[in-house]
Amino acid sequence: MTDSFTDAASGAPWEAAEALPRGEGTARIDHIVVLGLVPPGARVLDIGCGDGSLLALLRDRRGVDGRGIELSREGVNACLARGLPVIQGDADTDLANYPDDAFDVVVLSQTIQATRNPRIVLEHLLRIGRQVIISFPNFGHWRVRAELAFRGRMPVTEIMPETWYETPNIHHCTIRDFVGLCRIVGARIEKATALDARGRPMRFSMPWWFWNLIGAQGVFLLRRGGRG
Amino acid sequence: MDSTLTQKAEQSTESGRQEATRRTETSPASDPRSPVMLFSADEPLAMDSGARLGPFQIAYQTAGTLNAQRSNAVLICHALTGDQHFAHRHPVTGKPGWWETLVGPGKPVDTDRYFVVCSNVIGSCMGSTGPASLNPETGRPYGLDFPLVTIRDMVRAQAMLLDKLGIPDLFLCIGGSMGGMQVLQWASLFPERVFSAMPIATGARHSAQNIAFHEVGRQAIMADPAWEEGRYLEAGTRPAKGLGVARMGAHITYLSEPALHRKFGRRLQNRAAPTFSFNADFQIESYLRHQGLSFVERFDANAYLYLTRAMDYFDLAEDHGGVLANAFRGSKTRFCVMSFTSDWLFPTADSRAIVHALNAVAAPVAFVEVESDKGHDAFLLDEPAMFSAARGFIDAAARARGL
Repeated sequence: MTDSFTDAASGAPWEAAEALPRGEGTARIDHIVVLGLVPPGARVLDIGCGDGSLLALLRDRRGVDGRGIELSREGVNACLARGLPVIQGDADTDLANYPDDAFDVVVLSQTIQATRNPRIVLEHLLRIGRQVIISFPNFGHWRVRAELAFRGRMPVTEIMPETWYETPNIHHCTIRDFVGLCRIVGARIEKATALDARGRPMRFSMPWWFWNLIGAQGVFLLRRGGRG
Repeated sequence: MDSTLTQKAEQSTESGRQEATRRTETSPASDPRSPVMLFSADEPLAMDSGARLGPFQIAYQTAGTLNAQRSNAVLICHALTGDQHFAHRHPVTGKPGWWETLVGPGKPVDTDRYFVVCSNVIGSCMGSTGPASLNPETGRPYGLDFPLVTIRDMVRAQAMLLDKLGIPDLFLCIGGSMGGMQVLQWASLFPERVFSAMPIATGARHSAQNIAFHEVGRQAIMADPAWEEGRYLEAGTRPAKGLGVARMGAHITYLSEPALHRKFGRRLQNRAAPTFSFNADFQIESYLRHQGLSFVERFDANAYLYLTRAMDYFDLAEDHGGVLANAFRGSKTRFCVMSFTSDWLFPTADSRAIVHALNAVAAPVAFVEVESDKGHDAFLLDEPAMFSAARGFIDAAARARGL
């Protein structure tokens, strides 16, 4: 494991972010970063794909063969209208039915913290996809820490907008925690990026503790195999 | 045998034959009030049972216009007791077409854009050859001499119809329940002829519970003395009681407890108190009896036996070495599988099994579970969530096909 967070990251997400016109990818703040990580023409599974905006972006910009899983009926209908093959389903229960290496890239955006069993979900992702792109809100972010430390309350932030009694997020973790889970399940971190509160990639080369404090979200590109 | 007895028997057979001929000529079995495609004895239908059915006929209906590229054809596959009159007034009941909620000008299956075909399945009784049709070899109705029909036989017959209509492939193949089984069979048997497929409220096999319900229905028909071992058309009788009971039982499986409660509850039928008798005191009893009575007006009892059997035999995985995914290997068809939350005849798990199989072979598949308390029959009813999902899928498929 490298000491600096951005040592593992290439410039691709940054370039993609700059190549896109403003306003595109406004639906979810990490889509543009994901776009930069997906090779053209790849077979992609987006789990928790919402209204399909990321899949549509990947299809239109990268020519990917995209599939989706989405829990909400409204999301599935929106995907159908975009011509996206999306299954109404649940990351916790449906991933077991996909064969090994079914996809080049599996994307799980802002969802792992809402699953019942994040470890099993991550293991399925690594089994189904040759590469895994995973993003999540960083519970180690300074604002989260400040809420807890100074106000003594569970944080409500831009990317975690629900109160503790309404949030679907039942398994929060920090960037450091997630790196630890990657070690446990034997995932190799190929690239890692932290995003600021507005979803912009952070460019500085800094050690892990810094990203765990400053990054509002972590975005990881993983592959099964070697440890660390 | 005594010669006078033999004579008598012959006379009664003869009068039975005339009676049967008279009755079949005036029934929808021979006069479906829709176009009929005739297949001669030298173009028989090769059936799974080993039988070769010929000559035979298929009654069908169409709506819309086939485009110059012949690329906008939609095949609607009807359910167990459905027929070809999907968007046309029913010749017997006078009711509007059974799928006018989904199909028509400006509807999700838009007859202004697509050429829509629906044929009565082989073995049914609305104009396609079935047990109520006359057997050309004997001059009598087939009755139980009709070969057992499978879902695959129905699909083969539909393919023969499309060949004659000059339709090379389907833009969309869509159907619910037994119609959904045909859609799955189409996608498996003729993948290159199906651009997109919508199997609704269906399963890749008939469950033990569903076979059980069908068996109860069949036993009710066969227990009716008027069934006459299947020769009721010649005997001049009609197993209306048995068929009615079969329909009453089946109808319960098409609904749901919440729907029954909402519609009928424990309310009494035109009375203030129970009559302390076995009259139809409850509204639900009266409703079911009406369902049974009206059904026997339009449906042939033997056809009901055959078609329920066809559903029972359906197991697409079994036909492919026990692995459902093998039924769709290499498929390029775009699928949209749909189920309803309150459907306990073909529950969502059945649809999920189809989706998992399609996923396993990387077929493009969408899946929607529509929230509805209307049970299995929801696919025939006004369900806006179903329409919006169907519209999204069909419009996107049309764009992909350049329609």
